[in-house]
Amino acid sequence: MGKVIKYEKDNIDTDVILPGQYLKLHDYDEIAKHAMEGIDPNFHSKVQKGDFLVAGRNFGCGSSREHAPIALSQCGIKGVIAVTFARIFYRNAVDGGFLLPIEVDEETYKKISDGDQIEIDISKNQIKNLTKNQIYSMKPFSEIVAKIIEAGGLFKYKPD
Amino acid sequence: MNITEKILARASGKSSVAPDDIIFANVDKAMIHDVSGPGVIKVFEKLQKQGISTDRLWNSSKVWVAEDHFVPSAEKISAENIVKLTKFTKQYGIEKHFKYGMGQYGICHTLSHEEAMVLPGEVYVGGDSHTNTTGALGAFACGLGHTDVAYVLLNGRIWFKIPETLYFKLNGKLPDHMMAKDLILKIIGDIGTEGAAYYAMQFGGSGISEMSVESRLTLCNMTTEAGAKNGIIEPDQKIFDYLSQRGATKYTPVYGDADAEYAKVYEYEASELEPTIAKPYSPENIATVRDIAGVELDKSYIGSCTGAKYEDLEAAAKILKGRQVKIRTEVLPAAISIYKRAMENGLIKIFLDAGVTVGPPTCGACCGAHMGVLAKDEICISTTNRNFPGRMGHVESQTYLASPLVAAASAVTGKITDPRDL
Repeated sequence: MGKVIKYEKDNIDTDVILPGQYLKLHDYDEIAKHAMEGIDPNFHSKVQKGDFLVAGRNFGCGSSREHAPIALSQCGIKGVIAVTFARIFYRNAVDGGFLLPIEVDEETYKKISDGDQIEIDISKNQIKNLTKNQIYSMKPFSEIVAKIIEAGGLFKYKPD
Repeated sequence: MNITEKILARASGKSSVAPDDIIFANVDKAMIHDVSGPGVIKVFEKLQKQGISTDRLWNSSKVWVAEDHFVPSAEKISAENIVKLTKFTKQYGIEKHFKYGMGQYGICHTLSHEEAMVLPGEVYVGGDSHTNTTGALGAFACGLGHTDVAYVLLNGRIWFKIPETLYFKLNGKLPDHMMAKDLILKIIGDIGTEGAAYYAMQFGGSGISEMSVESRLTLCNMTTEAGAKNGIIEPDQKIFDYLSQRGATKYTPVYGDADAEYAKVYEYEASELEPTIAKPYSPENIATVRDIAGVELDKSYIGSCTGAKYEDLEAAAKILKGRQVKIRTEVLPAAISIYKRAMENGLIKIFLDAGVTVGPPTCGACCGAHMGVLAKDEICISTTNRNFPGRMGHVESQTYLASPLVAAASAVTGKITDPRDL
Protein backbone atom coordinates (compact mmCIF):
# COMPACT_ATOMS: atom_id res chain seq x y z
CA MET A 1 0.00 0.00 0.00
CA GLY A 2 1.26 3.46 -0.83
CA LYS A 3 0.11 7.04 -1.02
CA VAL A 4 -0.44 8.83 -4.31
CA ILE A 5 1.53 11.98 -5.13
CA LYS A 6 -0.20 13.36 -8.20
CA TYR A 7 0.89 15.98 -10.72
CA GLU A 8 -1.86 16.75 -13.22
CA LYS A 9 0.52 17.41 -16.07
CA ASP A 10 1.53 15.86 -19.37
CA ASN A 11 5.14 15.77 -20.64
CA ILE A 12 6.85 15.81 -17.24
CA ASP A 13 10.36 15.69 -18.65
CA THR A 14 13.67 14.48 -17.30
CA ASP A 15 14.88 18.04 -16.71
CA VAL A 16 11.97 18.45 -14.30
CA ILE A 17 12.50 15.02 -12.70
CA LEU A 18 16.24 15.60 -12.21
CA PRO A 19 17.65 18.90 -13.52
CA GLY A 20 20.73 18.73 -15.79
CA GLN A 21 23.04 20.49 -13.36
CA TYR A 22 22.88 17.39 -11.10
CA LEU A 23 23.91 14.90 -13.80
CA LYS A 24 27.43 15.05 -12.39
CA LEU A 25 26.11 13.35 -9.22
CA HIS A 26 26.28 9.56 -9.05
CA ASP A 27 25.60 8.97 -5.35
CA TYR A 28 21.99 7.75 -5.28
CA ASP A 29 21.11 9.54 -2.01
CA GLU A 30 22.50 12.82 -3.31
CA ILE A 31 20.55 12.42 -6.57
CA ALA A 32 17.35 11.71 -4.62
CA LYS A 33 17.53 15.06 -2.80
CA HIS A 34 16.86 16.81 -6.13
CA ALA A 35 14.04 14.58 -7.39
CA MET A 36 11.24 16.52 -9.10
CA GLU A 37 13.01 19.76 -8.23
CA GLY A 38 11.80 21.38 -11.44
CA ILE A 39 8.16 21.12 -10.36
CA ASP A 40 8.14 20.50 -6.60
CA PRO A 41 11.30 21.25 -4.60
CA ASN A 42 9.71 19.61 -1.50
CA PHE A 43 9.07 16.30 -3.25
CA HIS A 44 11.93 14.53 -1.52
CA SER A 45 10.47 15.16 1.94
CA LYS A 46 6.91 14.25 0.93
CA VAL A 47 7.63 10.69 -0.19
CA GLN A 48 7.43 7.64 2.01
CA LYS A 49 8.69 4.26 0.93
CA GLY A 50 6.13 2.52 -1.26
CA ASP A 51 4.41 5.67 -2.54
CA PHE A 52 3.26 6.14 -6.13
CA LEU A 53 3.71 9.11 -8.45
CA VAL A 54 0.76 9.75 -10.77
CA ALA A 55 1.00 11.91 -13.91
CA GLY A 56 -0.45 12.35 -17.40
CA ARG A 57 0.93 11.58 -20.87
CA ASN A 58 4.54 11.12 -21.99
CA PHE A 59 6.04 10.91 -18.51
CA GLY A 60 9.86 11.05 -18.54
CA CYS A 61 10.33 12.51 -22.00
CA GLY A 62 13.69 13.99 -22.90
CA SER A 63 17.04 12.71 -21.76
CA SER A 64 18.32 9.15 -21.34
CA ARG A 65 19.62 10.00 -17.86
CA GLU A 66 19.07 7.03 -15.59
CA HIS A 67 19.23 9.62 -12.81
CA ALA A 68 15.49 10.19 -13.37
CA PRO A 69 14.18 6.76 -12.26
CA ILE A 70 17.04 6.51 -9.72
CA ALA A 71 15.97 9.82 -8.11
CA LEU A 72 12.34 8.72 -7.79
CA SER A 73 13.13 5.20 -6.62
CA GLN A 74 15.72 6.32 -4.09
CA CYS A 75 13.12 8.68 -2.55
CA GLY A 76 10.90 5.65 -2.03
CA ILE A 77 8.63 5.75 -5.09
CA LYS A 78 7.55 2.19 -5.91
CA GLY A 79 5.86 2.95 -9.21
CA VAL A 80 4.87 5.73 -11.56
CA ILE A 81 1.31 5.57 -12.87
CA ALA A 82 0.91 7.53 -16.10
CA VAL A 83 -1.23 7.58 -19.22
CA THR A 84 1.89 7.03 -21.37
CA PHE A 85 5.66 6.95 -20.87
CA ALA A 86 8.59 8.14 -22.96
CA ARG A 87 10.54 5.12 -24.13
CA ILE A 88 13.98 5.59 -22.51
CA PHE A 89 12.50 6.43 -19.09
CA TYR A 90 10.34 3.31 -19.35
CA ARG A 91 13.31 1.11 -20.31
CA ASN A 92 15.51 2.54 -17.58
CA ALA A 93 12.82 2.00 -14.94
CA VAL A 94 12.40 -1.64 -15.97
CA ASP A 95 15.91 -2.71 -17.00
CA GLY A 96 17.51 -1.04 -13.97
CA GLY A 97 14.86 -2.61 -11.71
CA PHE A 98 14.14 0.79 -10.17
CA LEU A 99 10.37 1.16 -10.29
CA LEU A 100 7.18 -0.03 -11.94
CA PRO A 101 6.03 2.06 -14.93
CA ILE A 102 2.27 1.49 -14.93
CA GLU A 103 0.11 2.67 -17.81
CA VAL A 104 -3.56 3.47 -17.26
CA ASP A 105 -6.25 5.03 -19.43
CA GLU A 106 -7.20 8.73 -19.17
CA GLU A 107 -10.32 7.94 -17.15
CA THR A 108 -8.41 6.02 -14.49
CA TYR A 109 -5.80 8.78 -14.37
CA LYS A 110 -8.58 11.27 -13.60
CA LYS A 111 -10.12 9.06 -10.89
CA ILE A 112 -6.93 8.73 -8.84
CA SER A 113 -6.45 11.72 -6.52
CA ASP A 114 -3.49 13.12 -4.68
CA GLY A 115 -3.26 11.49 -1.26
CA ASP A 116 -5.27 8.35 -2.16
CA GLN A 117 -3.95 5.09 -0.72
CA ILE A 118 -3.51 2.48 -3.45
CA GLU A 119 -2.26 -1.05 -3.95
CA ILE A 120 -0.98 -2.70 -7.12
CA ASP A 121 -1.70 -6.32 -8.02
CA ILE A 122 0.46 -7.14 -11.04
CA SER A 123 -0.89 -10.71 -11.32
CA LYS A 124 -4.40 -9.31 -11.90
CA ASN A 125 -3.29 -6.11 -13.68
CA GLN A 126 -5.25 -4.20 -11.08
CA ILE A 127 -4.92 -1.03 -9.06
CA LYS A 128 -6.96 -0.96 -5.84
CA ASN A 129 -7.87 2.49 -4.56
CA LEU A 130 -8.37 1.85 -0.84
CA THR A 131 -9.37 5.45 -0.11
CA LYS A 132 -12.17 5.48 -2.68
CA ASN A 133 -12.89 1.78 -2.58
CA GLN A 134 -12.46 1.46 -6.36
CA ILE A 135 -10.63 -1.00 -8.57
CA TYR A 136 -9.04 0.03 -11.88
CA SER A 137 -7.34 -2.01 -14.53
CA MET A 138 -3.83 -1.22 -15.66
CA LYS A 139 -2.34 -1.94 -19.07
CA PRO A 140 -0.62 -5.35 -18.90
CA PHE A 141 3.16 -5.36 -19.26
CA SER A 142 4.47 -6.86 -22.49
CA GLU A 143 5.90 -10.36 -22.11
CA ILE A 144 9.56 -9.35 -21.99
CA VAL A 145 8.92 -6.39 -19.68
CA ALA A 146 6.96 -8.64 -17.29
CA LYS A 147 9.82 -11.14 -17.25
CA ILE A 148 12.47 -8.48 -16.62
CA ILE A 149 10.38 -6.97 -13.82
CA GLU A 150 9.88 -10.41 -12.29
CA ALA A 151 13.62 -11.10 -12.49
CA GLY A 152 14.40 -7.76 -10.83
CA GLY A 153 16.14 -6.07 -13.75
CA LEU A 154 17.87 -6.84 -17.04
CA PHE A 155 21.03 -8.33 -15.50
CA LYS A 156 18.99 -10.90 -13.57
CA TYR A 157 16.84 -11.78 -16.56
CA LYS A 158 17.81 -14.90 -18.50
CA PRO A 159 16.64 -14.74 -22.12
CA ASP A 160 14.96 -17.95 -23.37
CA MET B 1 11.44 -4.66 -44.72
CA ASN B 2 12.53 -1.03 -44.37
CA ILE B 3 16.10 0.00 -43.46
CA THR B 4 15.56 -0.06 -39.67
CA GLU B 5 13.99 -3.53 -39.84
CA LYS B 6 16.73 -4.86 -42.11
CA ILE B 7 19.54 -3.62 -39.89
CA LEU B 8 17.90 -5.09 -36.80
CA ALA B 9 17.13 -8.39 -38.56
CA ARG B 10 20.76 -8.72 -39.63
CA ALA B 11 21.98 -7.80 -36.13
CA SER B 12 19.77 -10.41 -34.51
CA GLY B 13 20.58 -13.18 -36.98
CA LYS B 14 17.05 -13.36 -38.38
CA SER B 15 16.01 -13.47 -42.02
CA SER B 16 13.14 -11.13 -41.30
CA VAL B 17 11.55 -9.14 -38.50
CA ALA B 18 8.28 -7.24 -38.18
CA PRO B 19 7.08 -4.41 -35.92
CA ASP B 20 6.56 -5.46 -32.27
CA ASP B 21 8.93 -8.46 -32.53
CA ILE B 22 11.30 -8.59 -29.57
CA ILE B 23 14.89 -9.25 -30.58
CA PHE B 24 18.32 -9.30 -28.99
CA ALA B 25 20.55 -7.31 -31.36
CA ASN B 26 24.33 -7.68 -31.54
CA VAL B 27 25.76 -4.21 -31.14
CA ASP B 28 28.51 -2.90 -33.44
CA LYS B 29 29.49 0.25 -31.52
CA ALA B 30 28.78 1.63 -28.07
CA MET B 31 29.49 5.07 -26.63
CA ILE B 32 29.67 6.53 -23.11
CA HIS B 33 30.48 10.08 -21.96
CA ASP B 34 31.29 11.92 -18.75
CA VAL B 35 27.70 11.57 -17.48
CA SER B 36 26.74 8.08 -18.66
CA GLY B 37 30.27 6.70 -18.12
CA PRO B 38 30.31 7.29 -14.36
CA GLY B 39 26.70 6.02 -14.40
CA VAL B 40 27.88 2.78 -16.01
CA ILE B 41 30.75 2.55 -13.49
CA LYS B 42 28.14 2.79 -10.72
CA VAL B 43 26.17 -0.09 -12.32
CA PHE B 44 29.40 -2.12 -12.53
CA GLU B 45 29.97 -1.54 -8.79
CA LYS B 46 26.45 -2.79 -8.04
CA LEU B 47 27.01 -5.87 -10.21
CA GLN B 48 30.28 -6.67 -8.45
CA LYS B 49 28.42 -6.64 -5.12
CA GLN B 50 25.95 -9.11 -6.62
CA GLY B 51 28.78 -11.39 -7.72
CA ILE B 52 28.39 -10.63 -11.44
CA SER B 53 31.76 -10.35 -13.18
CA THR B 54 32.71 -7.03 -14.74
CA ASP B 55 36.32 -8.09 -15.39
CA ARG B 56 36.16 -7.81 -19.16
CA LEU B 57 34.17 -5.91 -21.72
CA TRP B 58 32.66 -7.72 -24.66
CA ASN B 59 34.97 -5.87 -27.04
CA SER B 60 36.96 -2.80 -25.97
CA SER B 61 37.72 -1.85 -29.57
CA LYS B 62 34.00 -1.27 -30.23
CA VAL B 63 33.54 1.05 -27.28
CA TRP B 64 34.43 4.71 -27.45
CA VAL B 65 34.33 7.52 -24.96
CA ALA B 66 33.61 11.25 -25.15
CA GLU B 67 34.04 14.03 -22.61
CA ASP B 68 31.40 16.63 -23.32
CA HIS B 69 28.81 17.52 -20.70
CA PHE B 70 30.78 19.12 -17.87
CA VAL B 71 34.07 19.85 -19.67
CA PRO B 72 36.43 21.56 -19.33
CA SER B 73 35.69 20.36 -15.79
CA ALA B 74 33.09 22.72 -14.39
CA GLU B 75 33.94 22.11 -10.69
CA LYS B 76 35.29 19.42 -8.36
CA ILE B 77 32.67 16.74 -8.89
CA SER B 78 32.91 16.96 -12.69
CA ALA B 79 36.70 16.85 -12.41
CA GLU B 80 36.41 13.65 -10.38
CA ASN B 81 34.09 12.16 -13.00
CA ILE B 82 36.73 12.80 -15.67
CA VAL B 83 39.32 11.04 -13.50
CA LYS B 84 36.94 8.08 -13.03
CA LEU B 85 36.33 7.91 -16.78
CA THR B 86 40.07 8.00 -17.49
CA LYS B 87 40.72 5.15 -15.03
CA PHE B 88 37.89 3.15 -16.57
CA THR B 89 39.18 3.39 -20.14
CA LYS B 90 42.70 2.51 -18.97
CA GLN B 91 41.48 -0.50 -16.96
CA TYR B 92 39.44 -1.92 -19.85
CA GLY B 93 41.87 -1.00 -22.61
CA ILE B 94 39.51 1.35 -24.45
CA GLU B 95 41.71 3.25 -26.89
CA LYS B 96 39.16 5.60 -28.43
CA HIS B 97 38.83 8.08 -25.58
CA PHE B 98 38.58 11.67 -26.82
CA LYS B 99 40.05 13.77 -24.00
CA TYR B 100 39.70 17.51 -23.70
CA GLY B 101 43.02 19.26 -23.84
CA MET B 102 44.51 16.43 -25.87
CA GLY B 103 43.74 17.13 -29.51
CA GLN B 104 40.42 16.14 -31.00
CA TYR B 105 37.51 16.09 -28.57
CA GLY B 106 33.95 17.34 -28.63
CA ILE B 107 30.32 16.47 -28.20
CA CYS B 108 29.82 12.70 -28.53
CA HIS B 109 27.23 12.95 -31.34
CA THR B 110 29.50 15.26 -33.31
CA LEU B 111 32.50 12.96 -32.90
CA SER B 112 30.33 10.04 -34.03
CA HIS B 113 30.33 11.52 -37.56
CA GLU B 114 33.41 13.78 -37.55
CA GLU B 115 35.57 10.79 -36.59
CA ALA B 116 33.50 8.22 -38.53
CA MET B 117 33.00 6.25 -35.31
CA VAL B 118 29.76 4.80 -36.68
CA LEU B 119 29.20 3.38 -40.16
CA PRO B 120 26.26 2.59 -42.45
CA GLY B 121 24.39 -0.59 -41.58
CA GLU B 122 25.66 -0.74 -38.00
CA VAL B 123 23.78 -1.01 -34.72
CA TYR B 124 25.05 1.82 -32.52
CA VAL B 125 23.95 2.53 -28.97
CA GLY B 126 25.04 5.37 -26.74
CA GLY B 127 24.45 6.50 -23.20
CA ASP B 128 22.74 9.66 -24.36
CA SER B 129 19.29 10.32 -25.78
CA HIS B 130 20.58 12.19 -28.83
CA THR B 131 22.43 9.10 -30.04
CA ASN B 132 19.66 9.12 -32.68
CA THR B 133 21.76 11.77 -34.49
CA THR B 134 24.07 9.28 -36.16
CA GLY B 135 21.24 7.43 -37.90
CA ALA B 136 21.78 10.06 -40.60
CA LEU B 137 24.72 7.93 -41.77
CA GLY B 138 22.40 4.97 -42.41
CA ALA B 139 22.95 3.21 -39.08
CA PHE B 140 20.45 2.12 -36.43
CA ALA B 141 21.40 4.58 -33.68
CA CYS B 142 19.57 4.58 -30.38
CA GLY B 143 20.02 6.15 -26.95
CA LEU B 144 19.97 4.03 -23.80
CA GLY B 145 20.36 4.48 -20.04
CA HIS B 146 23.24 3.38 -17.80
CA THR B 147 22.01 -0.13 -17.01
CA ASP B 148 21.35 -0.92 -20.67
CA VAL B 149 24.72 0.45 -21.78
CA ALA B 150 26.45 -1.49 -18.98
CA TYR B 151 24.68 -4.60 -20.27
CA VAL B 152 25.92 -3.90 -23.80
CA LEU B 153 29.49 -3.27 -22.61
CA LEU B 154 29.54 -6.67 -20.89
CA ASN B 155 27.43 -8.73 -23.29
CA GLY B 156 27.64 -7.02 -26.67
CA ARG B 157 23.90 -7.21 -27.21
CA ILE B 158 20.64 -5.69 -26.02
CA TRP B 159 16.91 -6.22 -26.45
CA PHE B 160 14.77 -4.10 -28.73
CA LYS B 161 11.18 -4.10 -29.83
CA ILE B 162 11.13 -3.65 -33.60
CA PRO B 163 9.58 -0.21 -34.12
CA GLU B 164 7.09 0.81 -36.76
CA THR B 165 8.45 3.53 -39.03
CA LEU B 166 7.09 6.98 -39.81
CA TYR B 167 8.40 8.20 -43.16
CA PHE B 168 8.96 11.94 -43.74
CA LYS B 169 9.35 12.95 -47.35
CA LEU B 170 10.74 16.35 -48.30
CA ASN B 171 10.02 17.42 -51.87
CA GLY B 172 12.41 20.01 -53.27
CA LYS B 173 15.46 21.81 -51.96
CA LEU B 174 15.16 24.02 -48.88
CA PRO B 175 15.62 27.70 -49.81
CA ASP B 176 18.79 29.53 -48.66
CA HIS B 177 17.14 31.22 -45.67
CA MET B 178 16.05 27.83 -44.31
CA MET B 179 17.96 25.10 -42.53
CA ALA B 180 17.25 21.50 -41.55
CA LYS B 181 16.47 22.81 -38.06
CA ASP B 182 13.44 24.67 -39.42
CA LEU B 183 12.12 21.48 -41.00
CA ILE B 184 12.56 19.28 -37.95
CA LEU B 185 10.93 21.89 -35.68
CA LYS B 186 8.00 22.04 -38.12
CA ILE B 187 7.72 18.24 -38.05
CA ILE B 188 7.81 18.11 -34.23
CA GLY B 189 5.21 20.86 -34.15
CA ASP B 190 3.01 18.80 -36.46
CA ILE B 191 3.30 15.41 -34.75
CA GLY B 192 4.03 16.55 -31.17
CA THR B 193 6.67 15.50 -28.64
CA GLU B 194 4.96 12.14 -28.30
CA GLY B 195 4.15 11.85 -32.00
CA ALA B 196 6.89 9.36 -32.76
CA ALA B 197 7.10 7.63 -29.37
CA TYR B 198 8.44 4.09 -29.89
CA TYR B 199 8.62 4.69 -33.68
CA ALA B 200 11.54 4.99 -36.07
CA MET B 201 11.56 8.27 -38.02
CA GLN B 202 12.94 7.91 -41.53
CA PHE B 203 13.60 10.82 -43.89
CA GLY B 204 13.73 10.72 -47.67
CA GLY B 205 12.74 12.44 -50.88
CA SER B 206 14.48 14.85 -53.24
CA GLY B 207 14.90 17.49 -50.51
CA ILE B 208 16.85 15.06 -48.35
CA SER B 209 19.07 14.00 -51.29
CA GLU B 210 19.84 17.70 -51.81
CA MET B 211 20.77 18.15 -48.16
CA SER B 212 24.33 18.08 -46.86
CA VAL B 213 25.38 15.33 -44.47
CA GLU B 214 25.43 17.79 -41.56
CA SER B 215 21.87 18.94 -42.29
CA ARG B 216 20.69 15.33 -42.26
CA LEU B 217 22.40 14.92 -38.87
CA THR B 218 20.35 17.86 -37.54
CA LEU B 219 17.14 16.13 -38.63
CA CYS B 220 17.98 12.81 -36.99
CA ASN B 221 19.32 14.55 -33.87
CA MET B 222 15.92 16.00 -33.01
CA THR B 223 13.90 12.83 -33.69
CA THR B 224 14.54 12.29 -29.97
CA GLU B 225 12.33 15.31 -29.28
CA ALA B 226 9.40 13.57 -30.98
CA GLY B 227 9.98 10.52 -28.78
CA ALA B 228 11.46 8.36 -31.56
CA LYS B 229 13.52 5.25 -30.93
CA ASN B 230 15.77 6.17 -33.85
CA GLY B 231 16.08 8.54 -36.77
CA ILE B 232 17.44 7.19 -40.02
CA ILE B 233 18.22 8.08 -43.64
CA GLU B 234 19.27 5.66 -46.36
CA PRO B 235 22.91 6.40 -47.19
CA ASP B 236 23.93 7.84 -50.58
CA GLN B 237 27.13 8.99 -52.31
CA LYS B 238 27.30 12.11 -50.11
CA ILE B 239 27.55 9.86 -47.04
CA PHE B 240 30.14 7.60 -48.67
CA ASP B 241 32.26 10.61 -49.69
CA TYR B 242 31.93 12.13 -46.22
CA LEU B 243 33.08 8.91 -44.60
CA SER B 244 35.92 8.25 -47.03
CA GLN B 245 37.26 11.78 -46.31
CA ARG B 246 37.47 10.54 -42.74
CA GLY B 247 39.23 7.31 -43.66
CA ALA B 248 36.25 4.93 -43.46
CA THR B 249 35.61 2.84 -46.55
CA LYS B 250 34.78 -0.65 -45.26
CA TYR B 251 31.14 -1.16 -44.40
CA THR B 252 27.98 -2.65 -45.85
CA PRO B 253 25.22 -0.11 -46.45
CA VAL B 254 21.67 -1.35 -45.93
CA TYR B 255 18.59 -0.22 -47.87
CA GLY B 256 14.89 -0.89 -47.48
CA ASP B 257 13.18 -3.28 -49.88
CA ALA B 258 11.04 -1.94 -52.71
CA ASP B 259 7.96 -3.11 -50.81
CA ALA B 260 9.10 -1.73 -47.46
CA GLU B 261 6.24 -0.77 -45.17
CA TYR B 262 5.75 2.42 -43.21
CA ALA B 263 3.10 3.10 -40.56
CA LYS B 264 2.51 6.55 -42.04
CA VAL B 265 4.02 8.81 -44.70
CA TYR B 266 4.19 12.59 -44.24
CA GLU B 267 5.03 14.88 -47.16
CA TYR B 268 6.51 18.37 -47.01
CA GLU B 269 7.07 20.82 -49.88
CA ALA B 270 10.31 22.73 -49.32
CA SER B 271 8.94 25.81 -51.07
CA GLU B 272 6.04 26.05 -48.58
CA LEU B 273 8.17 25.96 -45.42
CA GLU B 274 9.02 29.02 -43.33
CA PRO B 275 11.80 29.71 -40.80
CA THR B 276 10.42 28.08 -37.66
CA ILE B 277 10.99 28.52 -33.94
CA ALA B 278 9.92 26.60 -30.84
CA LYS B 279 8.67 28.80 -28.01
CA PRO B 280 9.10 27.92 -24.33
CA TYR B 281 8.61 25.30 -22.91
CA SER B 282 8.41 22.55 -25.49
CA PRO B 283 9.97 21.74 -28.87
CA GLU B 284 6.43 21.17 -30.20
CA ASN B 285 5.34 24.70 -29.29
CA ILE B 286 6.22 26.13 -32.70
CA ALA B 287 5.54 29.36 -34.58
CA THR B 288 6.97 30.88 -37.72
CA VAL B 289 9.79 33.27 -36.88
CA ARG B 290 7.93 36.15 -38.54
CA ASP B 291 4.84 35.46 -36.43
CA ILE B 292 6.69 36.13 -33.21
CA ALA B 293 9.37 38.49 -34.53
CA GLY B 294 10.24 41.28 -32.11
CA VAL B 295 10.30 39.27 -28.86
CA GLU B 296 13.08 40.88 -26.80
CA LEU B 297 16.02 38.62 -25.95
CA ASP B 298 18.86 38.58 -23.41
CA LYS B 299 21.08 36.04 -25.06
CA SER B 300 21.86 34.03 -28.19
CA TYR B 301 23.50 30.61 -27.85
CA ILE B 302 25.02 28.89 -30.88
CA GLY B 303 26.22 25.53 -29.65
CA SER B 304 25.47 21.81 -29.08
CA CYS B 305 25.33 18.65 -31.19
CA THR B 306 22.25 20.10 -32.88
CA GLY B 307 23.52 23.54 -33.81
CA ALA B 308 27.31 23.91 -33.77
CA LYS B 309 28.51 21.71 -36.62
CA TYR B 310 30.65 23.38 -39.29
CA GLU B 311 27.78 24.45 -41.54
CA ASP B 312 25.91 25.81 -38.50
CA LEU B 313 28.88 28.07 -37.73
CA GLU B 314 29.15 29.01 -41.39
CA ALA B 315 25.48 30.03 -41.44
CA ALA B 316 25.90 32.14 -38.30
CA ALA B 317 29.06 33.75 -39.71
CA LYS B 318 27.25 34.65 -42.93
CA ILE B 319 24.87 36.78 -40.85
CA LEU B 320 27.41 38.13 -38.33
CA LYS B 321 30.03 39.19 -40.86
CA GLY B 322 30.58 42.95 -40.55
CA ARG B 323 27.82 43.28 -37.93
CA GLN B 324 27.76 43.64 -34.13
CA VAL B 325 25.74 41.60 -31.67
CA LYS B 326 23.31 43.53 -29.45
CA ILE B 327 22.90 40.81 -26.81
CA ARG B 328 25.26 38.35 -25.11
CA THR B 329 26.14 35.79 -27.76
CA GLU B 330 28.16 32.60 -27.41
CA VAL B 331 29.47 30.31 -30.11
CA LEU B 332 30.77 26.91 -29.00
CA PRO B 333 31.95 24.75 -31.91
CA ALA B 334 30.86 21.15 -31.31
CA ALA B 335 34.30 19.57 -31.83
CA ILE B 336 37.94 20.67 -32.05
CA SER B 337 38.10 19.63 -35.72
CA ILE B 338 35.21 22.00 -36.45
CA TYR B 339 36.80 24.74 -34.34
CA LYS B 340 40.02 24.41 -36.39
CA ARG B 341 38.23 24.54 -39.71
CA ALA B 342 36.28 27.59 -38.51
CA MET B 343 39.58 29.20 -37.53
CA GLU B 344 41.29 28.39 -40.82
CA ASN B 345 38.37 29.74 -42.83
CA GLY B 346 38.08 32.99 -40.89
CA LEU B 347 34.80 32.26 -39.09
CA ILE B 348 36.24 32.65 -35.61
CA LYS B 349 37.53 36.13 -36.49
CA ILE B 350 34.09 37.07 -37.83
CA PHE B 351 32.56 35.97 -34.51
CA LEU B 352 35.11 37.82 -32.39
CA ASP B 353 34.83 40.96 -34.51
CA ALA B 354 31.05 40.84 -34.03
CA GLY B 355 31.52 40.78 -30.26
CA VAL B 356 30.70 37.10 -29.74
CA THR B 357 32.35 35.01 -26.98
CA VAL B 358 33.79 31.88 -28.58
CA GLY B 359 34.07 28.93 -26.20
CA PRO B 360 35.43 25.40 -26.31
CA PRO B 361 33.41 22.36 -27.41
CA THR B 362 31.03 21.35 -24.60
CA CYS B 363 27.37 20.48 -24.03
CA GLY B 364 27.68 23.43 -21.63
CA ALA B 365 24.57 25.50 -21.20
CA CYS B 366 22.47 23.34 -23.54
CA CYS B 367 21.76 21.06 -20.59
CA GLY B 368 22.06 23.76 -17.94
CA ALA B 369 25.47 22.45 -16.88
CA HIS B 370 27.81 25.45 -17.14
CA MET B 371 29.36 28.01 -19.53
CA GLY B 372 26.49 30.46 -19.87
CA VAL B 373 23.46 29.09 -18.01
CA LEU B 374 20.39 31.32 -17.74
CA ALA B 375 19.21 33.36 -14.75
CA LYS B 376 15.59 33.72 -13.63
CA ASP B 377 13.53 35.50 -16.32
CA GLU B 378 16.37 35.56 -18.85
CA ILE B 379 15.27 34.89 -22.41
CA CYS B 380 17.57 33.05 -24.80
CA ILE B 381 17.43 32.07 -28.45
CA SER B 382 19.35 28.86 -28.93
CA THR B 383 20.41 26.46 -31.67
CA THR B 384 20.04 23.55 -29.21
CA ASN B 385 17.37 20.86 -29.04
CA ARG B 386 15.28 21.26 -25.87
CA ASN B 387 13.54 24.11 -24.10
CA PHE B 388 11.89 22.40 -21.15
CA PRO B 389 11.51 24.43 -17.92
CA GLY B 390 14.98 24.85 -16.44
CA ARG B 391 16.72 23.12 -19.33
CA MET B 392 19.33 25.86 -19.77
CA GLY B 393 19.38 27.17 -16.22
CA HIS B 394 16.78 28.72 -13.93
CA VAL B 395 13.37 27.05 -14.08
CA GLU B 396 11.85 30.47 -14.88
CA SER B 397 14.28 31.27 -17.69
CA GLN B 398 12.99 30.90 -21.26
CA THR B 399 14.54 29.29 -24.32
CA TYR B 400 13.43 29.67 -27.93
CA LEU B 401 14.83 26.96 -30.25
CA ALA B 402 15.86 28.10 -33.72
CA SER B 403 18.28 27.57 -36.59
CA PRO B 404 21.77 29.14 -36.47
CA LEU B 405 20.64 31.65 -39.14
CA VAL B 406 17.75 32.81 -36.95
CA ALA B 407 19.85 32.77 -33.74
CA ALA B 408 22.52 34.90 -35.44
CA ALA B 409 20.03 37.36 -36.98
CA SER B 410 18.37 37.71 -33.57
CA ALA B 411 21.76 38.30 -31.92
CA VAL B 412 22.28 41.29 -34.23
CA THR B 413 18.92 42.93 -33.44
CA GLY B 414 18.45 41.71 -29.85
CA LYS B 415 14.96 40.54 -30.85
CA ILE B 416 13.62 37.43 -32.55
CA THR B 417 14.35 38.11 -36.21
CA ASP B 418 13.79 36.29 -39.49
CA PRO B 419 17.09 36.36 -41.40
CA ARG B 420 15.25 37.73 -44.45
CA ASP B 421 14.21 40.79 -42.45
CA LEU B 422 17.65 41.79 -41.21
